[in-house]
Amino acid sequence: MTTPTVNARAGRRARPLVSRLAPAAAAVAILAALLIFFVLPAVWLLLAPSKTAGQLVADFPLSFGSFGQIGAAWKHLISYQDGVLFLWLRNSAVYSLGSLVLTLAVSVPAGYALALTPFRGRKLLLTTTLIVMIMPSAALVLPIFLELNLFGLIGTAWSIILPFSFFPFGVYLVYIYFATTLPRDVLAAARVDGCTEWQLFRLVALPLAKPVIGLVAFFSFVGNWNNFFLPYLVLPNSDQFPIQVGLNQLLSSTPSFNPVAGAGLNITSPELALAIIISTLPVLVLFLFSQRALVSGMLAGSTKE
Amino acid sequence: MTAVDAGRQPALTGASQPRRRGNPRRRGGWSGYLFVSGYTLLLLAFGVFPTLYAVYLAFTNNRGQFTGLNQFIKVVQDYRFAPAFQNIAIYLVMWLLLVVVLTVVVAVLLRGMVRPGLSAVFRFLYYIPGALAGVASVLVWLFMLDPAVSPVSGLLRAIGFDTFAEVLAPADLPVIFVLIAFWTGAGGWIIVMYGALNNISDEVLEAARVDGAGLWQTAWHIQIPMIRKWIVYMAILAFAAGTQLFVEPQLLQTASLGRVNPTWSPNQLAYVYAFQRGDFNGAAAISIFLLALGLICAGILVTRSGLFTADET
Repeated sequence: MTTPTVNARAGRRARPLVSRLAPAAAAVAILAALLIFFVLPAVWLLLAPSKTAGQLVADFPLSFGSFGQIGAAWKHLISYQDGVLFLWLRNSAVYSLGSLVLTLAVSVPAGYALALTPFRGRKLLLTTTLIVMIMPSAALVLPIFLELNLFGLIGTAWSIILPFSFFPFGVYLVYIYFATTLPRDVLAAARVDGCTEWQLFRLVALPLAKPVIGLVAFFSFVGNWNNFFLPYLVLPNSDQFPIQVGLNQLLSSTPSFNPVAGAGLNITSPELALAIIISTLPVLVLFLFSQRALVSGMLAGSTKE
Repeated sequence: MTAVDAGRQPALTGASQPRRRGNPRRRGGWSGYLFVSGYTLLLLAFGVFPTLYAVYLAFTNNRGQFTGLNQFIKVVQDYRFAPAFQNIAIYLVMWLLLVVVLTVVVAVLLRGMVRPGLSAVFRFLYYIPGALAGVASVLVWLFMLDPAVSPVSGLLRAIGFDTFAEVLAPADLPVIFVLIAFWTGAGGWIIVMYGALNNISDEVLEAARVDGAGLWQTAWHIQIPMIRKWIVYMAILAFAAGTQLFVEPQLLQTASLGRVNPTWSPNQLAYVYAFQRGDFNGAAAISIFLLALGLICAGILVTRSGLFTADET
């Protein structure tokens, strides 16, 4: 297997220098330009809390201010409404993790059954899933709000967790995963050997599903952590806000964006930047942990012969 | 049931399996219902019911009386309706072209020209902004687009933007939203595309290489056809995300102290109908338009791309 690789590489090296370098240069240019585009705003954001609002305007944009200023920004931020920041973060965690557990519990078996278990109405369910998935979810926010109102769930944690845990994208990912990686013949053989459908799912499908479970969990958590619209409409009180809605409140308290409402408060651009960084940390940490699942097992290349 | 399933299974799996499981099929049927029951409940509660409710609202008035198409006529005749859809159309064309072409190109480059360890670093760095999706990304770009504090203020001034207000000119808004959407969304899609490319076995690629195919020939004739399902899927979701644009223009509107049109996108118009005029029926009618738009596009993609008949096994 290794010999053809070596030969092919040797053959490529033998080609004229220009035809070899031009595509490489174009590739490097594309990758580098995108790297700057993606990373520069993030770097700026990381440096912003170390400066005062005045320094943000006057100093070199990518300069570092001082650690003392970060501490000051942190003090201003946590003293905002008696530390409501921590409450917002806790709320976000409850909403995101609660719906994540529900999403996994329902979407993995559902995606598996849609891919590999014949039952009446399967096509209907699959089509409906696809339709709801591509439907603008913001179009559903208002009707969901009225529905929650009807059932008296407004202002409760369930009014966020239940709608969040409906995640057709996750079901579709699991469906695609099983439809493309788990051969039907394997299941048919196991059925002939007397395996029950539950055993098939538990012993054959689930062990193979780890990469896609990681993927669904990841997308679900990130999506819910970053969701703004539904909590914005459904939760009336500041102490119930998730961090995203909290950021919106901070924005309207920042003098550089809202001179009137922000007057007299200590929330300025550096404090806002610090709040953005803090709101982002959980998702970044999660990405570090699920990177292996995301990268190496995205479509579970390992399960293919 | 039999006719439907017999028609579908070969298409889905690619394996022609004549009636081998007579008995297991029935047994599988019951377990199938159990497996999908939890999801189906959520689907009915937060997908189907709200949709039907929106349809109901769109065909009635606030006293629940059937009004036919009156709600639709009312919103279409609103002077803000056509511009909102025009804005979103311009944005969608730019956004879809950019996201499909660039994510696939970058994934191919990372897979074919960069060592796996280094490409993992690239993918991670590209992805970082994905953690800032939603409110955080808009706030970051408020800073990026403000010539007073932006790290690229030189670039902004060079192309003629000296103040934040000038950046927020109506003609620039689609570009701004494409920038934000690409900044937060493309990294995730690059990971997905790379994962799909990674699933293609090395032997296939080696065979192509031995046959003399270069990077782009391999990508065009082998890799892209093999990950077509994922590209179509990305396009559908990118479209859906585009039509529902709300948070970005809304926050930009807030932060610009009203300089930006409050009904720039159709969803904002629906929001204004619902929460400023208390007109849930009109808001639902606008939602139905967005819904139909998404359905038509998805239908074209699904039937044209072979999303359901693709054979990847």
